[in-house]
Amino acid sequence: MSLPPFAMFLEDHRVPVYRFLLASVGPGDADDCFQETFLAALRAYPKLRDESNLRAWVLTIATRKAIDQGRARARRAVPVRELPERPTNEEADGDPELWRAVRALPERQRAAVVHRYVLDLPYTDVARALGCSEEAARASAYEGRKKLRAMRELEHLGGKR
Amino acid sequence: MTKEFGSMRRADVEGASLMAAQGVIDAARRQGLEDVAVATIGSPVGDLLVAGTRRGLVRVAYPDERPDLVIEDLAEALSPRVLEDPRALDLVRRQLEEYFEGRRDRFDVRLDWALAPSGFSRKVLEATARIPFGSVSTYGEMAKRAGSPRAARAAGNALHDNPIPIVVPCHRVVPSTGGIGKYGGSEWRKEFLLRLEGALAG
Repeated sequence: MSLPPFAMFLEDHRVPVYRFLLASVGPGDADDCFQETFLAALRAYPKLRDESNLRAWVLTIATRKAIDQGRARARRAVPVRELPERPTNEEADGDPELWRAVRALPERQRAAVVHRYVLDLPYTDVARALGCSEEAARASAYEGRKKLRAMRELEHLGGKR
Repeated sequence: MTKEFGSMRRADVEGASLMAAQGVIDAARRQGLEDVAVATIGSPVGDLLVAGTRRGLVRVAYPDERPDLVIEDLAEALSPRVLEDPRALDLVRRQLEEYFEGRRDRFDVRLDWALAPSGFSRKVLEATARIPFGSVSTYGEMAKRAGSPRAARAAGNALHDNPIPIVVPCHRVVPSTGGIGKYGGSEWRKEFLLRLEGALAG
């Protein structure tokens, strides 16, 4: 089995990668991270040895780009109470508050939560993308989920859902 | 909680990721990361899959060869960095359209012979590329120009495997005994092309 043409690879994985980035860096940075992810993949593509799990491979790259993005943003950040978000981008989210809460998670927990619950990946793949053990991936997703629930309960006090 | 995450609208992600993917293709072209560009070009003889490299036009395929298999072969033979990029093939598209509208009698594009075997076959194809619009030649004549006057049958085989039909006009090569002969892309296309060029009466 040889590598599929890159055109096919891009078509097969663009939706989950975009979904992951939308959830982890937000609508404002998803496009940039998406482009960086697939250009990095394209650069490495001809030399790729293991083509057994291309989905996990590209999500590993996307995870790294999302974490870099988060750090760059933190360095640039000026403390303001609330960032204004563009309403058109907000349309792409089903539940803006949930996504804001997801993006407020520490980066490893956020990546674990998104991989597990947005992309519905098995923990072996979450672990691979995060470069950690399966147990550690489980723990990060669990912690992240717990924190999300706490944040939402705090905001809504029983909330609309 | 999984259910709540599912609320992100699928149609939005589909559209947004498609646009982002186009951004990747544009950036790849600009950064020289695109080894092979492919596009589909409509024509009276069916949708043509065309492929180009930095060196030039490398492949034209009729729809009888399944496009996905042609693209896989290109990835295998040339580079896996194949992108669907019609913009990279605008020049070829325009010239093919003009040709089929009867407004062009020669193609002015660079060719990449990477998929044409070297030696005799290649010489046959290069000789074929010089047959002018509106005229025909024979398998024997092509064999002679490639340096082996008696290898008419081998010339026919080389033309059957022409990776760049239409632009390298193998349809202009016919048997010396009459008739239009065989064609790798089905005989009706050969007849169509020869009529379009005015090389067949009636």
